[in-house]
Amino acid sequence: MLRIENLTVEIAGKRVLERVNLEVPKGETHVLLGPNGSGKTSLITSILGFPNCHILSGKIWFNSTDITAMPTDERVKLGMGAAFQNPPQIRGVKLGDVLRHLTKGKVDEVKLAGTTNIPVDFFDRDLNLGFSGGELKRTEILQLLAQRPDFALFDEPDSGVDVENLEIIGKAINEFLKKRSGLLITHLGHILRYLKIDRAHVMFYGTIACSGKPTNIINRIMKRGYKWCEQCPKVKRLR
Amino acid sequence: MPKSKKTTLNAIEKPAAFGPDLDVGAFKRETSPWPPCTISKLPEDIAQRALSVGISAEEKERAGTYFQIDHSAILQAIQESFSEKAEIMTTGEALEKYSWAEEYWWKIVDADTDKFTALAKLKWDQGYFIRVLEGQKITVPLQACLFISKDNFNQNVHNLIIAEPNSEAQIITGCTVHPNVQSGLHVGISEFYGKKNAKLTFTMIHNWAQNFNVRPRTAALLDDDATFVSNYMCMKPVKSLQMYPVAYCRGTNSRVRFNTILHGNQNSYLDVGSKVVLQSKGSRGEIIARAIASDNAQINARGLLIGEHEDSKAHLECRGLLLSDNASIHAIPELVGKVKGTELSHEAAVGKIAEDQIQYLMARGFSETEAESLIIRGFMDVSIFGLPDVLKEDIRRMIDATFGGAL
Repeated sequence: MLRIENLTVEIAGKRVLERVNLEVPKGETHVLLGPNGSGKTSLITSILGFPNCHILSGKIWFNSTDITAMPTDERVKLGMGAAFQNPPQIRGVKLGDVLRHLTKGKVDEVKLAGTTNIPVDFFDRDLNLGFSGGELKRTEILQLLAQRPDFALFDEPDSGVDVENLEIIGKAINEFLKKRSGLLITHLGHILRYLKIDRAHVMFYGTIACSGKPTNIINRIMKRGYKWCEQCPKVKRLR
Repeated sequence: MPKSKKTTLNAIEKPAAFGPDLDVGAFKRETSPWPPCTISKLPEDIAQRALSVGISAEEKERAGTYFQIDHSAILQAIQESFSEKAEIMTTGEALEKYSWAEEYWWKIVDADTDKFTALAKLKWDQGYFIRVLEGQKITVPLQACLFISKDNFNQNVHNLIIAEPNSEAQIITGCTVHPNVQSGLHVGISEFYGKKNAKLTFTMIHNWAQNFNVRPRTAALLDDDATFVSNYMCMKPVKSLQMYPVAYCRGTNSRVRFNTILHGNQNSYLDVGSKVVLQSKGSRGEIIARAIASDNAQINARGLLIGEHEDSKAHLECRGLLLSDNASIHAIPELVGKVKGTELSHEAAVGKIAEDQIQYLMARGFSETEAESLIIRGFMDVSIFGLPDVLKEDIRRMIDATFGGAL
């Protein structure tokens, strides 16, 4: 579904990704773990093709199409979508209008909003303006559910979300990913208990330091933190 | 403040405080009168232009209509079911009919302010008188259209709007010109009086021409518990537009809100502001302005809050969006506190469309052009006007017609 080959990326003159290799096959959901500043979000914006991500070398393939130089909206048309960590506020653009554009009448937005615990009166609110941390995450996920991409990127969907809502969005994401593929970033890993993850990757210093079975990697990191990873020879070598 | 004709004659030479100076004698004054006519029987081109500034030909959509072409009032009608609730006539007729009308005439706008007020006094071409009667709440908007049909023509209207105690109404005024008109001068004096506990929402929409000059001179005086909402929108090119309406919150708990949506395009020069003077206990004011400048447009977006009472509060918000390197926006917010206890604040921001907003919307599948148009239309958020749905939809359509609709 998604294949990244030797991707090196610079943002604002700073090298943020270094020879990243990653493959998410069709039907799988992968998790990307890593400490703050390790390059997880830069990887997502590079996959989406944001113009500030200057690709120095490497390729991104999506369903066997080389999308390395493709504009964001065209990548989205091929079937990818994202729920962002820090979405911008857009005055006067209503959440409801964006949702209706995404569903194109094929899905009931109101019902969908229920699955992410977003009240309908949010539809008349300006996009991301005055939303709490948890509301931001939930409306991001709601938009992604409305968009229905084949491949979904989630950037820290669980940070700043309270316990009750964590379960709600965890279940919503899990249900959504049943018939799809995805890559999910999490720093704290809280949401993972609700999701069926096929493979885990750990990012350090802008590259994938290790990949493997999710249970092993996740449990160790949850218990011992990224300090444990820093002891790993693979990570030490990257420094 | 009765002024002698002599001082007014002197003022005819006096340039306005803001905006480019004009030779007021350079425009034609002669015209032949227009016969009375309903909107639906007007020539198609006139009706279309009127529609572009929110003037509806559908009788049931408006409680009453005033329509003036050049110097002729062609229609002053109130729907049967509202005839006991409001009055519409020319200001000339009102001054003849009601001796008390003099007490509202040239009282809060000074004829000696500048050459444009002086011109409107010396060469007065009617205008509308709208009076909402005591205790009457009019649920359907009243409308007024000031239309210019000749090129290089000068029209000077003087409007008087009185909302009697405990009344409530919506007025929409559209000012425009015939498609063949390129240049000219429109001067509009408007004096608003909101009596005790009256609520008046006034929405003015302008659609002029490339070489046209516009000089409205507006003031509002509010009694106890009165609320005045003034909405202004200008989306189309104009040579020069300068206005700085003022509202005096004279009564206890009186409230005023000025909302302005401006789009300066081509070579337009817009100098538009709003002033609020808080004169009594509990008076509140709010000014919200959104300005978009494209092409070679220059916009001065002014705002002035004056706190004269210790229990008064007002806020000013001005946002400008630049769509061209040749355009400019100058936001000039001013706060004048004259007593301790008054609370005045402002926020102003001028910038271009934020790249991260475009990227974000593109990640939702909008093209770059769609994303820009969505952001611009959102920026020109008509919901700031607080209008009933019918008017809101009309105005949204006007914005869509200018910026295109992504959704």
